[in-house]
Amino acid sequence: MTLDLFEKFNPILNEYNSLPNGEANPFTVSMEKVLSPTTAIINGRETVLAGTNNYMGMTFNAECMEAAQEALTALGTGTTGSRMLNGTYNSHKRLEETLKEFYGTKHAIVFSTGYQANLGIIATLAGPKDYVVIDADSHASIYDGCAMGNATVVRFKHNNPENLDKRLARIRRDDPKAGILVVLEGVYSMLGDQAPLKELTKISKDHNAYVLVDEAHSIGVFGETGRGVAQEQGVEDQVDFIIGTFSKSVGTIGGYCVSNEPKFEALRLVCRPYMFTASLPPSVVASATKALELIANTNLRSKLLGNSMRLNRGLSRVGFEMGTTGESPIAAIIVDDQNTAIAFWGEMIKEGVYVNLALPPATPNRLNLMRCSLSAAHTFEQIDFMLEKFELVGKRLGLLEEISESALA
Amino acid sequence: MTLTVDEIFDQICELIKPFNKKNVTISKDTIFSVDLELDSLTVMDLLSEIEDEFDITVPLNILPDLETVGQFTDAVQKLLANK
Repeated sequence: MTLDLFEKFNPILNEYNSLPNGEANPFTVSMEKVLSPTTAIINGRETVLAGTNNYMGMTFNAECMEAAQEALTALGTGTTGSRMLNGTYNSHKRLEETLKEFYGTKHAIVFSTGYQANLGIIATLAGPKDYVVIDADSHASIYDGCAMGNATVVRFKHNNPENLDKRLARIRRDDPKAGILVVLEGVYSMLGDQAPLKELTKISKDHNAYVLVDEAHSIGVFGETGRGVAQEQGVEDQVDFIIGTFSKSVGTIGGYCVSNEPKFEALRLVCRPYMFTASLPPSVVASATKALELIANTNLRSKLLGNSMRLNRGLSRVGFEMGTTGESPIAAIIVDDQNTAIAFWGEMIKEGVYVNLALPPATPNRLNLMRCSLSAAHTFEQIDFMLEKFELVGKRLGLLEEISESALA
Repeated sequence: MTLTVDEIFDQICELIKPFNKKNVTISKDTIFSVDLELDSLTVMDLLSEIEDEFDITVPLNILPDLETVGQFTDAVQKLLANK
Protein backbone atom coordinates (compact mmCIF):
# COMPACT_ATOMS: atom_id res chain seq x y z
CA MET A 1 0.00 0.00 0.00
CA THR A 2 1.17 3.50 -0.73
CA LEU A 3 -0.16 7.03 -0.58
CA ASP A 4 1.54 7.80 -3.89
CA LEU A 5 -1.00 7.56 -6.71
CA PHE A 6 1.82 7.60 -9.24
CA GLU A 7 3.91 4.75 -7.83
CA LYS A 8 2.10 2.21 -10.00
CA PHE A 9 3.48 3.94 -13.10
CA ASN A 10 7.13 3.42 -12.12
CA PRO A 11 7.70 0.36 -14.33
CA ILE A 12 6.36 2.08 -17.45
CA LEU A 13 8.19 5.32 -16.61
CA ASN A 14 11.45 3.38 -16.26
CA GLU A 15 10.89 1.85 -19.67
CA TYR A 16 10.02 5.25 -21.13
CA ASN A 17 13.11 6.86 -19.63
CA SER A 18 15.34 4.27 -21.24
CA LEU A 19 14.24 5.40 -24.71
CA PRO A 20 16.70 7.38 -26.83
CA ASN A 21 16.75 11.15 -26.34
CA GLY A 22 16.11 13.74 -29.01
CA GLU A 23 14.61 13.13 -32.40
CA ALA A 24 15.06 9.33 -32.20
CA ASN A 25 12.47 9.15 -29.42
CA PRO A 26 9.32 7.79 -31.08
CA PHE A 27 6.96 9.24 -28.47
CA THR A 28 7.98 12.89 -28.68
CA VAL A 29 7.75 13.41 -32.43
CA SER A 30 5.64 16.29 -33.68
CA MET A 31 4.83 17.70 -37.09
CA GLU A 32 6.18 21.21 -37.55
CA LYS A 33 4.26 21.66 -40.77
CA VAL A 34 1.98 19.37 -42.73
CA LEU A 35 2.53 19.89 -46.45
CA SER A 36 0.13 17.33 -47.91
CA PRO A 37 -1.55 14.02 -46.99
CA THR A 38 1.82 12.31 -47.51
CA THR A 39 4.49 14.86 -46.54
CA ALA A 40 5.35 16.97 -43.48
CA ILE A 41 8.25 18.88 -41.97
CA ILE A 42 9.58 16.95 -38.94
CA ASN A 43 12.77 18.04 -37.13
CA GLY A 44 13.26 20.64 -39.87
CA ARG A 45 13.35 17.93 -42.53
CA GLU A 46 10.87 17.16 -45.29
CA THR A 47 9.52 13.74 -44.37
CA VAL A 48 7.42 11.18 -46.21
CA LEU A 49 4.48 10.14 -44.03
CA ALA A 50 4.13 6.37 -44.18
CA GLY A 51 1.99 5.82 -41.10
CA THR A 52 -1.07 8.07 -40.95
CA ASN A 53 -4.31 6.07 -41.67
CA ASN A 54 -4.97 8.71 -44.35
CA TYR A 55 -5.98 5.93 -46.73
CA MET A 56 -7.78 8.10 -49.29
CA GLY A 57 -5.65 11.21 -48.83
CA MET A 58 -8.82 13.10 -47.92
CA THR A 59 -7.24 15.56 -45.46
CA PHE A 60 -6.32 17.99 -48.22
CA ASN A 61 -9.11 17.20 -50.66
CA ALA A 62 -10.14 20.54 -52.24
CA GLU A 63 -13.89 19.88 -52.07
CA CYS A 64 -13.73 18.71 -48.44
CA MET A 65 -11.66 21.72 -47.43
CA GLU A 66 -14.01 24.10 -49.20
CA ALA A 67 -17.04 22.52 -47.50
CA ALA A 68 -15.30 22.78 -44.11
CA GLN A 69 -14.33 26.42 -44.68
CA GLU A 70 -17.86 27.37 -45.70
CA ALA A 71 -19.30 25.69 -42.62
CA LEU A 72 -16.70 27.34 -40.40
CA THR A 73 -17.63 30.77 -41.72
CA ALA A 74 -21.38 30.17 -41.62
CA LEU A 75 -21.73 28.25 -38.35
CA GLY A 76 -18.67 29.03 -36.25
CA THR A 77 -15.91 27.00 -34.64
CA GLY A 78 -17.93 24.65 -32.46
CA THR A 79 -21.37 23.67 -31.21
CA THR A 80 -20.58 24.02 -27.48
CA GLY A 81 -23.18 21.40 -26.62
CA SER A 82 -24.42 17.85 -26.64
CA ARG A 83 -26.49 16.34 -29.43
CA MET A 84 -29.22 16.06 -26.76
CA LEU A 85 -29.26 19.80 -26.11
CA ASN A 86 -28.05 22.60 -28.39
CA GLY A 87 -25.51 20.53 -30.32
CA THR A 88 -27.69 19.17 -33.14
CA TYR A 89 -27.50 21.35 -36.25
CA ASN A 90 -29.22 20.54 -39.53
CA SER A 91 -25.81 19.55 -40.83
CA HIS A 92 -25.46 16.80 -38.18
CA LYS A 93 -28.77 15.38 -39.36
CA ARG A 94 -27.66 15.70 -42.99
CA LEU A 95 -24.47 13.78 -42.17
CA GLU A 96 -26.58 10.99 -40.66
CA GLU A 97 -28.74 10.98 -43.80
CA THR A 98 -25.59 10.72 -45.92
CA LEU A 99 -24.43 7.74 -43.83
CA LYS A 100 -27.80 6.03 -44.29
CA GLU A 101 -27.51 6.50 -48.05
CA PHE A 102 -23.88 5.35 -48.03
CA TYR A 103 -24.75 2.10 -46.21
CA GLY A 104 -28.34 1.67 -47.38
CA THR A 105 -29.50 1.37 -43.76
CA LYS A 106 -32.52 2.76 -41.97
CA HIS A 107 -30.60 4.33 -39.10
CA ALA A 108 -27.35 6.15 -38.40
CA ILE A 109 -26.00 7.81 -35.27
CA VAL A 110 -22.92 10.04 -35.31
CA PHE A 111 -20.54 10.16 -32.33
CA SER A 112 -17.78 12.65 -31.62
CA THR A 113 -15.05 10.00 -32.06
CA GLY A 114 -14.80 6.43 -33.28
CA TYR A 115 -13.56 5.42 -29.83
CA GLN A 116 -16.77 6.77 -28.30
CA ALA A 117 -18.89 4.96 -30.89
CA ASN A 118 -17.49 1.59 -29.76
CA LEU A 119 -17.56 2.60 -26.12
CA GLY A 120 -21.15 3.79 -26.31
CA ILE A 121 -22.69 1.11 -28.50
CA ILE A 122 -21.07 -1.89 -26.77
CA ALA A 123 -21.52 -0.64 -23.21
CA THR A 124 -25.14 0.37 -23.83
CA LEU A 125 -26.43 -2.49 -26.00
CA ALA A 126 -25.19 -5.29 -23.77
CA GLY A 127 -26.72 -4.99 -20.30
CA PRO A 128 -26.15 -6.89 -17.03
CA LYS A 129 -27.86 -10.09 -18.19
CA ASP A 130 -26.30 -10.09 -21.66
CA TYR A 131 -23.03 -11.33 -23.10
CA VAL A 132 -20.43 -9.59 -25.26
CA VAL A 133 -18.21 -11.97 -27.18
CA ILE A 134 -15.08 -10.33 -28.60
CA ASP A 135 -12.10 -11.31 -30.74
CA ALA A 136 -8.88 -11.61 -28.70
CA ASP A 137 -7.15 -9.01 -30.92
CA SER A 138 -9.89 -6.39 -30.58
CA HIS A 139 -9.01 -2.69 -30.54
CA ALA A 140 -8.70 -0.97 -27.15
CA SER A 141 -12.01 0.86 -27.70
CA ILE A 142 -13.81 -2.51 -27.85
CA TYR A 143 -12.14 -3.76 -24.68
CA ASP A 144 -12.96 -0.44 -23.01
CA GLY A 145 -16.59 -0.63 -24.15
CA CYS A 146 -16.74 -4.02 -22.44
CA ALA A 147 -15.14 -2.65 -19.29
CA MET A 148 -17.60 0.25 -19.16
CA GLY A 149 -20.67 -1.96 -19.59
CA ASN A 150 -22.19 -4.50 -17.25
CA ALA A 151 -22.41 -7.52 -19.54
CA THR A 152 -20.48 -10.75 -19.15
CA VAL A 153 -17.45 -10.55 -21.43
CA VAL A 154 -16.10 -13.59 -23.26
CA ARG A 155 -13.11 -13.63 -25.57
CA PHE A 156 -12.43 -15.97 -28.49
CA LYS A 157 -9.22 -16.73 -30.39
CA HIS A 158 -8.44 -14.22 -33.13
CA ASN A 159 -10.37 -14.93 -36.37
CA ASN A 160 -11.04 -18.51 -35.23
CA PRO A 161 -14.61 -19.65 -36.13
CA GLU A 162 -14.36 -22.96 -34.24
CA ASN A 163 -13.22 -21.22 -31.07
CA LEU A 164 -16.12 -18.74 -31.35
CA ASP A 165 -18.57 -21.58 -31.95
CA LYS A 166 -17.46 -23.39 -28.77
CA ARG A 167 -17.93 -20.28 -26.67
CA LEU A 168 -21.34 -19.40 -28.09
CA ALA A 169 -22.50 -23.01 -27.64
CA ARG A 170 -21.44 -22.91 -23.96
CA ILE A 171 -23.22 -19.62 -23.33
CA ARG A 172 -26.39 -20.95 -24.96
CA ARG A 173 -26.15 -24.23 -23.00
CA ASP A 174 -25.95 -22.38 -19.67
CA ASP A 175 -28.17 -19.42 -20.57
CA PRO A 176 -30.56 -20.25 -23.46
CA LYS A 177 -32.33 -16.88 -23.39
CA ALA A 178 -29.41 -14.50 -22.95
CA GLY A 179 -28.84 -11.61 -25.35
CA ILE A 180 -25.47 -12.01 -27.07
CA LEU A 181 -23.49 -9.41 -29.00
CA VAL A 182 -20.55 -10.69 -31.06
CA VAL A 183 -18.04 -7.93 -31.83
CA LEU A 184 -15.75 -8.25 -34.86
CA GLU A 185 -13.49 -5.97 -36.89
CA GLY A 186 -13.48 -5.88 -40.68
CA VAL A 187 -9.73 -5.30 -40.80
CA TYR A 188 -7.44 -5.72 -37.78
CA SER A 189 -5.25 -2.67 -37.93
CA MET A 190 -1.86 -3.93 -36.82
CA LEU A 191 -1.39 -6.63 -39.49
CA GLY A 192 -4.22 -5.66 -41.82
CA ASP A 193 -5.83 -9.10 -41.77
CA GLN A 194 -9.54 -9.39 -42.56
CA ALA A 195 -12.04 -11.24 -40.42
CA PRO A 196 -13.60 -14.31 -42.10
CA LEU A 197 -17.00 -12.68 -41.78
CA LYS A 198 -18.91 -15.35 -43.70
CA GLU A 199 -17.99 -18.06 -41.18
CA LEU A 200 -18.13 -15.83 -38.11
CA THR A 201 -21.53 -14.28 -38.90
CA LYS A 202 -23.00 -17.70 -39.79
CA ILE A 203 -21.90 -19.16 -36.45
CA SER A 204 -23.20 -16.10 -34.59
CA LYS A 205 -26.58 -16.32 -36.30
CA ASP A 206 -26.77 -20.08 -35.67
CA HIS A 207 -26.56 -19.25 -31.96
CA ASN A 208 -29.01 -16.37 -32.25
CA ALA A 209 -26.46 -13.67 -31.50
CA TYR A 210 -26.31 -10.10 -32.81
CA VAL A 211 -23.24 -9.16 -34.85
CA LEU A 212 -21.38 -5.85 -34.70
CA VAL A 213 -18.55 -5.18 -37.17
CA ASP A 214 -16.09 -2.35 -36.64
CA GLU A 215 -15.06 -1.15 -40.11
CA ALA A 216 -12.73 1.63 -38.88
CA HIS A 217 -9.83 0.52 -41.09
CA SER A 218 -11.95 -0.80 -43.96
CA ILE A 219 -14.42 1.99 -44.75
CA GLY A 220 -13.35 3.49 -48.06
CA VAL A 221 -10.82 0.73 -48.60
CA PHE A 222 -12.89 -2.40 -49.29
CA GLY A 223 -16.19 -3.17 -51.01
CA GLU A 224 -17.54 -1.99 -54.32
CA THR A 225 -18.75 1.34 -52.92
CA GLY A 226 -16.27 1.48 -50.04
CA ARG A 227 -18.57 0.29 -47.26
CA GLY A 228 -15.97 -2.11 -45.98
CA VAL A 229 -15.28 -5.79 -45.49
CA ALA A 230 -18.91 -6.81 -44.90
CA GLN A 231 -19.70 -5.47 -48.36
CA GLU A 232 -16.56 -7.01 -49.86
CA GLN A 233 -17.44 -10.44 -48.45
CA GLY A 234 -21.14 -10.09 -49.30
CA VAL A 235 -22.47 -10.50 -45.74
CA GLU A 236 -23.99 -7.09 -45.01
CA ASP A 237 -27.41 -8.70 -44.44
CA GLN A 238 -25.86 -10.81 -41.65
CA VAL A 239 -24.46 -7.80 -39.78
CA ASP A 240 -26.71 -5.99 -37.29
CA PHE A 241 -24.47 -3.02 -36.46
CA ILE A 242 -21.62 -1.41 -38.36
CA ILE A 243 -19.32 0.95 -36.50
CA GLY A 244 -16.95 3.25 -38.27
CA THR A 245 -14.82 6.32 -38.01
CA PHE A 246 -14.28 9.55 -39.91
CA SER A 247 -10.66 9.72 -38.73
CA LYS A 248 -9.08 7.50 -41.37
CA SER A 249 -10.40 7.28 -44.96
CA VAL A 250 -12.81 10.17 -44.31
CA GLY A 251 -9.91 12.41 -43.27
CA THR A 252 -11.31 14.18 -40.21
CA ILE A 253 -12.62 12.95 -36.83
CA GLY A 254 -15.81 11.40 -35.53
CA GLY A 255 -17.48 8.01 -35.31
CA TYR A 256 -20.78 6.42 -36.22
CA CYS A 257 -22.98 3.37 -35.98
CA VAL A 258 -25.47 2.32 -38.68
CA SER A 259 -28.16 -0.33 -38.36
CA ASN A 260 -31.56 -1.53 -39.52
CA GLU A 261 -32.72 -2.42 -36.01
CA PRO A 262 -36.28 -0.99 -35.62
CA LYS A 263 -35.62 0.48 -32.16
CA PHE A 264 -32.14 1.76 -32.94
CA GLU A 265 -33.03 5.42 -32.31
CA ALA A 266 -33.57 4.55 -28.62
CA LEU A 267 -29.80 4.64 -28.26
CA ARG A 268 -29.91 8.44 -28.52
CA LEU A 269 -31.75 8.45 -25.18
CA VAL A 270 -29.58 6.01 -23.26
CA CYS A 271 -26.08 5.98 -24.74
CA ARG A 272 -23.92 8.06 -22.42
CA PRO A 273 -20.86 8.58 -24.70
CA TYR A 274 -23.35 10.03 -27.21
CA MET A 275 -25.24 12.17 -24.71
CA PHE A 276 -22.61 13.56 -22.38
CA THR A 277 -20.12 15.12 -24.75
CA ALA A 278 -20.19 18.00 -27.22
CA SER A 279 -21.18 17.24 -30.80
CA LEU A 280 -18.77 17.53 -33.72
CA PRO A 281 -17.87 21.07 -34.92
CA PRO A 282 -19.71 22.18 -38.10
CA SER A 283 -16.54 22.24 -40.23
CA VAL A 284 -15.80 18.61 -39.32
CA VAL A 285 -19.38 17.61 -40.10
CA ALA A 286 -19.20 19.36 -43.47
CA SER A 287 -15.94 17.74 -44.58
CA ALA A 288 -17.09 14.30 -43.39
CA THR A 289 -20.32 14.63 -45.38
CA LYS A 290 -18.45 15.67 -48.51
CA ALA A 291 -15.81 12.93 -48.11
CA LEU A 292 -18.47 10.20 -47.79
CA GLU A 293 -20.02 11.35 -51.05
CA LEU A 294 -16.62 11.23 -52.74
CA ILE A 295 -15.64 7.84 -51.27
CA ALA A 296 -18.77 6.10 -52.55
CA ASN A 297 -17.81 6.98 -56.12
CA THR A 298 -14.04 6.89 -56.05
CA ASN A 299 -11.63 4.69 -57.96
CA LEU A 300 -8.89 5.31 -55.39
CA ARG A 301 -9.30 1.85 -53.82
CA SER A 302 -7.28 0.03 -56.49
CA LYS A 303 -4.61 2.76 -56.41
CA LEU A 304 -4.32 2.35 -52.60
CA LEU A 305 -4.05 -1.44 -52.69
CA GLY A 306 -1.61 -1.22 -55.60
CA ASN A 307 0.58 1.09 -53.48
CA SER A 308 0.43 -1.30 -50.55
CA MET A 309 1.31 -4.30 -52.71
CA ARG A 310 4.33 -2.43 -54.11
CA LEU A 311 5.68 -1.66 -50.62
CA ASN A 312 4.89 -5.13 -49.23
CA ARG A 313 6.52 -6.93 -52.16
CA GLY A 314 9.56 -4.64 -52.08
CA LEU A 315 10.13 -5.13 -48.34
CA SER A 316 9.73 -8.88 -48.67
CA ARG A 317 12.07 -9.02 -51.68
CA VAL A 318 15.00 -7.42 -49.82
CA GLY A 319 14.61 -9.97 -47.05
CA PHE A 320 12.56 -8.44 -44.24
CA GLU A 321 10.38 -10.72 -42.13
CA MET A 322 6.87 -9.61 -43.06
CA GLY A 323 3.84 -9.33 -40.81
CA THR A 324 1.57 -8.38 -43.72
CA THR A 325 0.76 -9.67 -47.19
CA GLY A 326 -0.19 -6.55 -49.15
CA GLU A 327 -3.89 -7.37 -49.31
CA SER A 328 -4.71 -4.41 -47.05
CA PRO A 329 -3.26 -0.87 -46.87
CA ILE A 330 -0.89 -2.02 -44.10
CA ALA A 331 2.74 -2.99 -44.60
CA ALA A 332 4.57 -4.13 -41.47
CA ILE A 333 7.95 -5.75 -40.92
CA ILE A 334 8.64 -7.79 -37.81
CA VAL A 335 11.70 -6.84 -35.75
CA ASP A 336 12.53 -9.52 -33.20
CA ASP A 337 14.37 -7.33 -30.70
CA GLN A 338 12.46 -4.43 -29.14
CA ASN A 339 15.48 -2.14 -28.80
CA THR A 340 16.38 -2.74 -32.44
CA ALA A 341 12.81 -1.84 -33.39
CA ILE A 342 13.06 1.43 -31.44
CA ALA A 343 16.44 2.19 -33.04
CA PHE A 344 14.98 1.35 -36.47
CA TRP A 345 12.27 3.94 -35.95
CA GLY A 346 14.88 6.57 -34.99
CA GLU A 347 17.01 5.85 -38.06
CA MET A 348 13.97 6.02 -40.36
CA ILE A 349 12.88 9.42 -39.03
CA LYS A 350 16.41 10.75 -39.53
CA GLU A 351 16.29 9.43 -43.10
CA GLY A 352 13.03 11.31 -43.70
CA VAL A 353 10.40 8.57 -43.39
CA TYR A 354 7.75 8.56 -40.65
CA VAL A 355 6.45 5.06 -39.86
CA ASN A 356 4.58 3.66 -36.86
CA LEU A 357 6.53 1.86 -34.17
CA ALA A 358 4.06 -0.68 -32.80
CA LEU A 359 5.03 -2.60 -29.67
CA PRO A 360 3.31 -5.10 -27.35
CA PRO A 361 0.74 -5.06 -25.81
CA ALA A 362 -0.77 -3.04 -28.70
CA THR A 363 0.33 -5.72 -31.18
CA PRO A 364 -0.84 -9.32 -31.69
CA ASN A 365 1.45 -12.18 -30.62
CA ARG A 366 3.77 -9.71 -28.83
CA LEU A 367 5.37 -8.64 -32.09
CA ASN A 368 7.55 -5.55 -32.51
CA LEU A 369 6.44 -3.93 -35.75
CA MET A 370 7.64 -1.19 -38.05
CA ARG A 371 4.24 -0.49 -39.49
CA CYS A 372 3.27 1.57 -42.51
CA SER A 373 -0.25 2.49 -43.51
CA LEU A 374 -0.39 3.43 -47.17
CA SER A 375 -2.43 6.15 -48.83
CA ALA A 376 -3.93 6.38 -52.29
CA ALA A 377 -2.18 9.76 -52.33
CA HIS A 378 1.30 8.18 -52.18
CA THR A 379 3.18 8.21 -55.46
CA PHE A 380 5.28 5.25 -56.60
CA GLU A 381 8.31 7.54 -56.16
CA GLN A 382 7.44 7.99 -52.48
CA ILE A 383 6.98 4.25 -52.01
CA ASP A 384 10.33 3.54 -53.67
CA PHE A 385 11.86 6.18 -51.36
CA MET A 386 10.40 4.31 -48.35
CA LEU A 387 11.80 1.03 -49.71
CA GLU A 388 15.25 2.55 -50.25
CA LYS A 389 15.32 3.83 -46.65
CA PHE A 390 13.98 0.60 -45.16
CA GLU A 391 16.73 -1.33 -46.92
CA LEU A 392 19.41 1.19 -45.92
CA VAL A 393 18.39 1.12 -42.23
CA GLY A 394 17.85 -2.65 -42.30
CA LYS A 395 21.44 -3.11 -43.43
CA ARG A 396 22.76 -0.47 -41.04
CA LEU A 397 21.18 -2.28 -38.07
CA GLY A 398 22.21 -5.72 -39.29
CA LEU A 399 18.65 -6.92 -39.86
CA LEU A 400 19.18 -7.75 -43.51
CA GLU A 401 22.75 -9.06 -43.13
CA GLU A 402 21.80 -11.51 -40.39
CA ILE A 403 20.22 -13.85 -42.90
CA SER A 404 23.23 -14.10 -45.19
CA GLU A 405 25.67 -14.37 -42.24
CA SER A 406 23.81 -17.28 -40.69
CA ALA A 407 23.58 -18.88 -44.11
CA LEU A 408 27.36 -18.62 -44.45
CA ALA A 409 27.98 -20.08 -41.00
CA MET B 1 -18.59 -36.48 -12.11
CA THR B 2 -17.48 -33.78 -9.71
CA LEU B 3 -13.84 -32.79 -9.69
CA THR B 4 -12.15 -32.13 -6.35
CA VAL B 5 -10.28 -28.88 -5.77
CA ASP B 6 -6.99 -30.79 -5.91
CA GLU B 7 -7.90 -32.36 -9.24
CA ILE B 8 -8.80 -28.95 -10.66
CA PHE B 9 -5.53 -27.54 -9.33
CA ASP B 10 -3.54 -30.35 -10.95
CA GLN B 11 -5.26 -29.84 -14.30
CA ILE B 12 -4.62 -26.08 -14.16
CA CYS B 13 -0.95 -26.74 -13.35
CA GLU B 14 -0.74 -28.88 -16.51
CA LEU B 15 -2.21 -26.01 -18.55
CA ILE B 16 0.24 -23.53 -17.01
CA LYS B 17 3.27 -25.64 -18.05
CA PRO B 18 3.69 -24.13 -21.56
CA PHE B 19 3.46 -20.64 -20.02
CA ASN B 20 5.92 -21.46 -17.21
CA LYS B 21 9.10 -20.52 -19.06
CA LYS B 22 11.29 -20.42 -15.92
CA ASN B 23 10.03 -23.71 -14.46
CA VAL B 24 8.77 -22.10 -11.28
CA THR B 25 7.30 -24.58 -8.77
CA ILE B 26 3.57 -23.94 -8.81
CA SER B 27 1.59 -23.68 -5.58
CA LYS B 28 -1.82 -22.22 -4.86
CA ASP B 29 -0.05 -19.00 -3.79
CA THR B 30 1.82 -18.60 -7.06
CA ILE B 31 1.03 -15.13 -8.47
CA PHE B 32 0.67 -15.02 -12.25
CA SER B 33 2.06 -11.52 -12.77
CA VAL B 34 4.90 -11.75 -10.24
CA ASP B 35 6.08 -15.37 -9.92
CA LEU B 36 5.32 -16.46 -13.48
CA GLU B 37 5.90 -12.97 -14.94
CA LEU B 38 2.83 -13.30 -17.16
CA ASP B 39 1.32 -10.14 -18.62
CA SER B 40 -2.45 -9.69 -18.70
CA LEU B 41 -2.69 -10.83 -22.34
CA THR B 42 -0.95 -14.11 -21.54
CA VAL B 43 -3.24 -14.67 -18.57
CA MET B 44 -6.19 -14.19 -20.95
CA ASP B 45 -4.70 -16.82 -23.29
CA LEU B 46 -4.34 -19.20 -20.35
CA LEU B 47 -7.93 -18.47 -19.39
CA SER B 48 -9.00 -19.53 -22.88
CA GLU B 49 -7.23 -22.90 -22.40
CA ILE B 50 -8.97 -23.34 -19.07
CA GLU B 51 -12.37 -22.65 -20.63
CA ASP B 52 -11.86 -25.42 -23.19
CA GLU B 53 -10.31 -27.87 -20.70
CA PHE B 54 -13.23 -27.64 -18.26
CA ASP B 55 -15.91 -26.75 -20.84
CA ILE B 56 -16.98 -23.64 -18.94
CA THR B 57 -17.37 -19.92 -19.64
CA VAL B 58 -14.90 -17.84 -17.63
CA PRO B 59 -15.98 -14.20 -17.95
CA LEU B 60 -13.13 -11.71 -18.48
CA ASN B 61 -14.93 -9.63 -15.85
CA ILE B 62 -13.59 -11.78 -12.99
CA LEU B 63 -9.98 -11.61 -14.19
CA PRO B 64 -8.95 -8.62 -12.03
CA ASP B 65 -9.79 -10.66 -8.91
CA LEU B 66 -7.70 -13.66 -9.96
CA GLU B 67 -4.09 -13.06 -9.00
CA THR B 68 -3.01 -16.51 -7.85
CA VAL B 69 -3.30 -20.07 -9.10
CA GLY B 70 -5.38 -20.85 -5.99
CA GLN B 71 -7.89 -18.10 -6.81
CA PHE B 72 -8.12 -19.44 -10.36
CA THR B 73 -8.76 -22.95 -8.99
CA ASP B 74 -11.53 -21.72 -6.70
CA ALA B 75 -13.15 -19.78 -9.55
CA VAL B 76 -13.13 -22.83 -11.82
CA GLN B 77 -14.65 -24.94 -9.04
CA LYS B 78 -17.45 -22.41 -8.60
CA LEU B 79 -18.12 -22.18 -12.33
CA LEU B 80 -18.20 -26.00 -12.60
CA ALA B 81 -20.72 -26.16 -9.77
CA ASN B 82 -23.01 -23.69 -11.60
CA LYS B 83 -22.78 -25.51 -14.92
